[in-house]
Amino acid sequence: MEWMVWTTPTAVFFAVIAALLACMTTWEVVSPTVERKGFLPISTTRGDRFFIGLLSAAYIHLIVIGFTPLSIWMALGASVVWCLILMRWG
Amino acid sequence: MNKVYNNRAWWLILPMLLLVAFSAIIPLMTVVNYSVQDVFDAHTRFFTGTEWFKEMLNDPALQAAVLRQFAFSLTILAIEVPLGIGIALLMPKKGWQASAVLILVTMPLLIPWNVVGSIWQIFTRGDIGLMGWSLRELGYGYNITASPVDAWATIILMDVWHWTPLIALLCYSGLRSIPDAYYQAARIDRASKWSVFRYIQLPKLTNVLVIGVLLRFMHSFMIYAEPFVLTGGGPGSSTTFLSQSLTTMAIGQQDLGPSAAFSLIYFLIILLVTWVFYTAIMNMQKDNNKGA
Repeated sequence: MEWMVWTTPTAVFFAVIAALLACMTTWEVVSPTVERKGFLPISTTRGDRFFIGLLSAAYIHLIVIGFTPLSIWMALGASVVWCLILMRWG
Repeated sequence: MNKVYNNRAWWLILPMLLLVAFSAIIPLMTVVNYSVQDVFDAHTRFFTGTEWFKEMLNDPALQAAVLRQFAFSLTILAIEVPLGIGIALLMPKKGWQASAVLILVTMPLLIPWNVVGSIWQIFTRGDIGLMGWSLRELGYGYNITASPVDAWATIILMDVWHWTPLIALLCYSGLRSIPDAYYQAARIDRASKWSVFRYIQLPKLTNVLVIGVLLRFMHSFMIYAEPFVLTGGGPGSSTTFLSQSLTTMAIGQQDLGPSAAFSLIYFLIILLVTWVFYTAIMNMQKDNNKGA
């Protein structure tokens, strides 16, 4: 694993993503998703909203890092709130 | 009807998943690790946090390359898709002509990228290339090493020549799969050629066009060898596309941290565009099915 040049932040990042995926899978097995239409222009399943949430979170982070002086934690906070809104009402 | 859902079949994709993990996911994770560090060798590395991302996002040369890349990809899609559909509609449907035309149309697809670049590099030379020579004789000072407009036009022409056949072939196979009954019904209704195209052929082509557009978008978004051989990214940096900027940075200068950050941004752009394309076209289809 030495060649992968791990750092603590990236290890935490991947662990969280893996945990989220595992949770989504368990949730899906326990109660399967129903496709529905929320405030997004397309009807989505739970997995679709999860993907949209992660992708938009990545862009939120890029914008905050690249073009604002704000801390990355602000981006993280905004992303978490946004993902929760998306999962619930998207 | 009672459908029984059995998700155990998902285990069948496990071998594929392992393969993808080995060839893509683990390397991608390594790229993420590289993007937050300044790595000199396995034992000497410094954590830089988000610094590389900030630097890459604010680099004017890279911003220009991104815009150039989009301009290029959208231009070739706008030309190749209608042209490919047109060619597919004109191709003979049976007999020896069908096979002959099929082979002729496929020919450019069999040529490797760097060879395509070399062919066009020679073709456009003013002294020994037919196209370059003809244009000069006609009085146009054609020179791809000096004029960005000439370089762009040539690269687009080259890409159209190389890849329109792919769209044409996909559409041709899509057209062949339309049952004759549709055309018979259209004849009974005295439908015009345009309505046959608009209401029978085009809807039936959506599936292959989705694949065609996605393939062409991704291909053109990672275009490297052809412009590299033809223009070397010049004149100036007017035809330096994303992959070439990335390669120069990663292989040429060994700036692994910044290029890792840059390639992640590149990856996110591709992911977003592909997802938008896919979702848009799939939803168009859904609406069509509802309407029918």
